[in-house]
Amino acid sequence: MTNLQDGNGDPLMSPGNGPDLSQIVLIGINHKTAPVEIREKLAFSTEETATALGTFRNSPFIDEAMIISTCNRVEVILIVKNQTQAVETVFSYIGDTKSVSPDRLKTLAYVFSGDSAVRHVFRVAASLDSMMIGEPQILGQVKDAFKASVNTKTTGVIINRLMHKAFLTAKRVRSETGIGGHAVSISYAAVELAKKIFDSLDGKTVLLVGAGEMAELAVEHLIRNTSSGNLLVANRTLSSGVALAERFRGQAIRMEEIPEKLKFADIIISSTGSPDFVITRDQVQPIMRWRKNRALFFIDIAVPRDIDPAINRIDNAYVYDIDDLQGVINENIDIRQTESLKAERIVDESVIKFIEWHEHLDVIPTIIGLRKKLDAIVDMEMCKTMHALDHLSSQDRLAIERMTESMVRKILHDPTLFLKNPGSHRNKSVYLDFARKLFNLDS
Amino acid sequence: MAALHFSIIMLYLISSAGYVIFLFAQKEIFHRFSYYLLVAGFAVHTALIGVDCIRIGHIPVNSLHQTLSFAAWTLAGVYILVKYRFRVNVLGVFAVPFATLIMIAAFLIPEASMAPTRLFKSLWLVVHIVIIFIGEAALALACGTGILYLLQEHAIKTKSNRFFLKRLPSLEFLDRNGYMFIVTGFTLLTIGLITGFIYAQLVWGRFWSWNNKEIWSVITWLIYAALLHERLVSGWRGRRAAIMSIIGFAALLFTFLGVNFLLEGHHDEFTRW
Repeated sequence: MTNLQDGNGDPLMSPGNGPDLSQIVLIGINHKTAPVEIREKLAFSTEETATALGTFRNSPFIDEAMIISTCNRVEVILIVKNQTQAVETVFSYIGDTKSVSPDRLKTLAYVFSGDSAVRHVFRVAASLDSMMIGEPQILGQVKDAFKASVNTKTTGVIINRLMHKAFLTAKRVRSETGIGGHAVSISYAAVELAKKIFDSLDGKTVLLVGAGEMAELAVEHLIRNTSSGNLLVANRTLSSGVALAERFRGQAIRMEEIPEKLKFADIIISSTGSPDFVITRDQVQPIMRWRKNRALFFIDIAVPRDIDPAINRIDNAYVYDIDDLQGVINENIDIRQTESLKAERIVDESVIKFIEWHEHLDVIPTIIGLRKKLDAIVDMEMCKTMHALDHLSSQDRLAIERMTESMVRKILHDPTLFLKNPGSHRNKSVYLDFARKLFNLDS
Repeated sequence: MAALHFSIIMLYLISSAGYVIFLFAQKEIFHRFSYYLLVAGFAVHTALIGVDCIRIGHIPVNSLHQTLSFAAWTLAGVYILVKYRFRVNVLGVFAVPFATLIMIAAFLIPEASMAPTRLFKSLWLVVHIVIIFIGEAALALACGTGILYLLQEHAIKTKSNRFFLKRLPSLEFLDRNGYMFIVTGFTLLTIGLITGFIYAQLVWGRFWSWNNKEIWSVITWLIYAALLHERLVSGWRGRRAAIMSIIGFAALLFTFLGVNFLLEGHHDEFTRW
């Protein structure tokens, strides 16, 4: 899984040279590489993310950092000074804080650098790497992750630009392809399964635990299939539960009421942020007797999981977590194949554009760009002025041309020196980017 | 007669194959085709049994050959009715091959020729036999539904077997139909047993004679009674109901055949060969 080229310090990464593309590194695990048990263990809460970013910022090998942590993935995006050591830093940090051996972590994680890291970021934001391709929540999650790292001041020019482009790419993918249009996934899969347990969903009661965006999506589709059913919404903050319940003409309840309401519910969808199980086997066991063994279907879309998987061993109770739903989802993938080709093309375009921008972030192209810009201005102005001064001799003209050339050279002298060496602890790309913006070199 | 018998088997066999193909291919045409073949086979089978009736002057359950043929006939008939009424297409995968197997067994057993007994002339006996056989066919379907339920339940629980998950109907549907078959079968079994006792009273002068056949009939009846009771009182539905309907049917098969072969009892003309 680890596709990190080994080598003690890339020669291109040595100071003095401009930023090499391989300074962009991405370390991650997702639903394809790690089972839900590991993912829930590795997931970063908001506070943990801030602490981790603080640590990475202090590492001498890391310039910029950002962490995306959702139920299906943990991705660490880094702009590094030394790839090998930066990656090692991250692995050992995660290994320590999450008490997973770094060796085990390395077998589960992928490490991308350069253009493949950029492509991966774009694909994640565009929901092409999602468990349910095209699901819309991931973009919001990436935006939140970006905001969090901006707040901890661990992002710089490159991550800012990268994320900015990622958002644009995601927007294009959504508006130009039909990828998000197909009955989105979790809810779709859940309904398909529910129909294999219950003959008809009419009149079934749905209990929603946690009033998140994900849950809302699932319920929307489900409610459309249960014409006369009831909806119960349990949420930590009653007010948002009430708001959601109102939308679907349901009833809001308190978290404490869940065990009692399990007697009447048929389908339970859970998506809270709770670190522990919200519904345990001991709660469900007695309820089944009360329900006269009418089936109970638990859909657990939370990571870490909300529903005790042991409940699946109770007769007539069925528990599906987010990984289990994958099997059902896979069947609808063919439909999206053509659309995803289109989406991949959009991503490729964005990657090329980003690489172009990144190459320009180098010192030499920037200086050349500056020079060209000034030369062009001089040429144009000279041309205009010389038209009006045709009494000048050719020697006079030559003298003036030499003067303008030397002006350009002298104007550029200090900026060039500064850009080549902005000071040992300063991030060169910030100044390069600034210079390019100041002189409008990228338009 | 053998030609008639053979053509019935062929029709049933092709119908069975059609149902198996239907399970894999999930094309509507296969099950419709199989259903028509089954109905055709059933029509010929009805003719055969009608001819037998006229020839021997009573219901042809006078030897193992006849009994099996009659059982296959009722099973096919009951399935045709159930499918027509409740649209449980996939159950054909169980019912039709099962009926076919019984029919093949009947074909392989030579017909024992024997003098018709006066025993079979009573109306009570005709009612007893017909009702018990129909009830048993319903309970066979309950067993088949139970097997399908367990397959589907296993597929959903283990989350691995997409084959059955896609092809079999919902658990609730299977459970509801299984329950319906058991209620029907149990009711008929009860009526059948009562008519049997009445007939025993008429012929032997006593309702109950501690005969093995009688004891096992009552054991089978009790298993189904327990299943229904538990369902109503403590909600034995789903998996347990499915397992019980299979156990019940196993007891039923033993009562039907096993008692005659392994134990002593009346009804032995039933399985003569």
